[in-house]
Amino acid sequence: MTAKTILSRPVYGTLSPQQGKHHLFIADAEGAAAILDMTKTAPAGFFTNAHIMFVPGNTGAKYVEPLKQLQPAQFYEGPSIASALPRLRQTLATAHMGLRVYLSGTEGLIGQAMQVALEAGIDHTSIQTEQRGSLARRVQCVHCKGITENVTTQPATCSHCGLLLLVRDHYSRRIAAFQGVCINAEDPTENPPKEEIFR
Amino acid sequence: MSAGTSKIDVTVTDVIPVNDLVKRFHFRRTDGAILPTFSGGAHVVVEMRDDDRTRLNPYSLMSSPLDTTDYTISVRRDDVGRGGSLFMHNRVKPGQRMVISNPVNLFSLDLRAKKHLMIAGGIGITPFMAQTSQLAGEGGNFELHYTCRTQALGTYADVLQARYGRRIHLYHDDRNEKLPLEKLLSSQPLGTHLYICGPAGMIDWVRRTAAEAGWPSETVHYEHFAAPQPGKPFDVKLAVSGKQIRVGEQQSLLEAIEAAGVDPPYLCRGGVCGQCETNVVSYDGKFLHNDHWLSEEEHRSGCKIMPCVSRFEGKSLVLER
Repeated sequence: MTAKTILSRPVYGTLSPQQGKHHLFIADAEGAAAILDMTKTAPAGFFTNAHIMFVPGNTGAKYVEPLKQLQPAQFYEGPSIASALPRLRQTLATAHMGLRVYLSGTEGLIGQAMQVALEAGIDHTSIQTEQRGSLARRVQCVHCKGITENVTTQPATCSHCGLLLLVRDHYSRRIAAFQGVCINAEDPTENPPKEEIFR
Repeated sequence: MSAGTSKIDVTVTDVIPVNDLVKRFHFRRTDGAILPTFSGGAHVVVEMRDDDRTRLNPYSLMSSPLDTTDYTISVRRDDVGRGGSLFMHNRVKPGQRMVISNPVNLFSLDLRAKKHLMIAGGIGITPFMAQTSQLAGEGGNFELHYTCRTQALGTYADVLQARYGRRIHLYHDDRNEKLPLEKLLSSQPLGTHLYICGPAGMIDWVRRTAAEAGWPSETVHYEHFAAPQPGKPFDVKLAVSGKQIRVGEQQSLLEAIEAAGVDPPYLCRGGVCGQCETNVVSYDGKFLHNDHWLSEEEHRSGCKIMPCVSRFEGKSLVLER
């Protein structure tokens, strides 16, 4: 679990089964393990009304079979978060009240899936989240507004404008990204060493 | 005085009987200015100078938030109540000057919702009159389901149907028409918010059914003002102001505190807003908690009381007021 630093920094919980008619799981990589762990507290037959969308990432085939064995009503395996999001948007557009949403895995997955859910009118406080696996961040450069995925270092280089960014805990739910602010604006020749801290 | 609100001098411009139980009252500012802006679901506290006592009752504003030249409330007569509604029905006449609080909204629309599903019972229709006006003005998506005892007591059902047609659904008890709640809740598009105003039993039923159907609590809004219950008289010591007061049978603890010249904060006077929450210094006896604000744990702790609706039975009670 992540520590709360400033108010906007998301804090994640542990997935738990909610009362509802349908259950939609969106997970990437080790996020699958959060779903599998939740089965210990889920009532019998819980997954017969579930739809699981899974992006294996670097975990390969490891979690695909165990998730399928939960026998969800629908199972989708996607090559990337970007490819899963339009499908999620479409699923939510035709869904009804009584659908509960569960997000697990990297912060990038949780943030972007939540962004789509918010647009569909779901309150963020009613969404179950659990962070698992990599702590890599999705970072928006406050200068050029470009978004860099999978940032693991502090500071980090903006993949769009090339500025060296201090990755802040300041988080935007609207764009699903942390804010990166130029760390050497006064003296661009200053070059603080990069450390890998969001592994 | 009511926390955060100042009072408004108004003149009653019209009193209109709506049906056997309900009268409508129109207020304008006595100084001729425009009344404060409000949002659908807001209420005002109306001061009633009933001979030697002042009654303060909250009533939902039912006029359109888009027109604040006039505020309108509807009052259902309660012949066995404490007398506020009877005062409004029998003593308030056009031309009379009255004092009301600024509007306060404890039942506002969540404008992030994709759709607003409203369920009203009886006189619980009043906040929805303002909310539907507000939403209709913005092209908002809403649907109202209204249960009433008979067609004649379906207060404003005709007005609503004329304004909004098929968005209004009526259910009459005397025709055995039942609100198909489970079906209604399961067919709502994602992003719908639910609003309930009516008798306590109806609110409980709808909230419970919604929770069972998987509606997150953030999407379920309700308003129920409990009227203070009468009970046995009891004595209270106010530790801060050093006063000893007696709460009469028909009086609420909050009213007794006010009558003693102490000015505690309040907003709803119905046990829901939390504004009048008061610390208990010491007690010997039993609390009769009637509020929807404090948790069950807080009720059991004996450390807090909501003086607008709750009472006490026993030897002694000392409050931090």
